[in-house]
Amino acid sequence: MAADHGLGQHQATLASADPESAEWLRTLGGAGAEREAAVERLHAILLRVAGNEVRRRAPRLRLSGPELDDVAHQAAADALLAITAKLDQFRGESRFTTWAYKFAVLEVSAKLGRHFWRDPGVPLEVEDWERLPDRFGLDPAERSEGRDLLDALHRAVDEELTERQRRIFVAIVLEGVPSDAVAVELGTNRNAIYKAMFDARRKLRDALVARGYLDIGTARRS
Amino acid sequence: MNGWDELDRFLSTDPRDVGCDKALDLLHVYVELVARHPDDARRRYPGIAAHLRACGPCSEDFEGLLAAVSDTI
Ligand SMILES: [Zn+2]
Repeated sequence: MAADHGLGQHQATLASADPESAEWLRTLGGAGAEREAAVERLHAILLRVAGNEVRRRAPRLRLSGPELDDVAHQAAADALLAITAKLDQFRGESRFTTWAYKFAVLEVSAKLGRHFWRDPGVPLEVEDWERLPDRFGLDPAERSEGRDLLDALHRAVDEELTERQRRIFVAIVLEGVPSDAVAVELGTNRNAIYKAMFDARRKLRDALVARGYLDIGTARRS
Repeated sequence: MNGWDELDRFLSTDPRDVGCDKALDLLHVYVELVARHPDDARRRYPGIAAHLRACGPCSEDFEGLLAAVSDTI
């Protein structure tokens, strides 16, 4: 993956922070009743953002109303703690509130990833290659004419991937386990899972191209 | 788009892709730019744009942050 492409132009200083952001920094970094009031105001904002984010994701989750409320409250509380501890890391590159919203959204994301994993109906180790055509929305005609390609993909997964890449590929692609849940299961993080999948995707594509397979897709498209 | 295109797209990797950590690190900067000037955002941060096209979880987080920002910008 790229090291730093597109990341070079974000230098900013607090001097460039807008007045509202500067006021947040001043009050949250201060003391006494003024700081308490700012913390309370920030918590209310984080709770609103976390609540909206939980509701936005809720239709795809099997969680009840009280569980969702609980996630929103925990996410807001954890985001508040993180923000007040990391005030000096805000570099004025965005509005302060946008930076703060990010903590709330990422806390909701992390907590819902773990919730998925606690669902006992989701096994990680079952390998069902018959599901592969569904994963890519192949219709029956495409399936029969592409049988060779699917077999070649299966073979490439077995032959080209490391054991760890294979395990991650099977969980995410065949079983549809969210990658954050795979990360929790394997005791790692999203970035490491993505990197493993990135390398796996590149190896698999190279293998299929080398065996003359992905020409099928390219020819059909052009 | 047919199923083979979908498979092809899934297996294709973009060398500009910066990965999850770097994309999330600058997500608050990127999202404000997207909210105002989407084309500028993709031009200035091609590595983040490439990542969000390929990474479901980061793209989901981005959508959530964009929704939050859109409420207030
Ligand atoms: Zn990502």
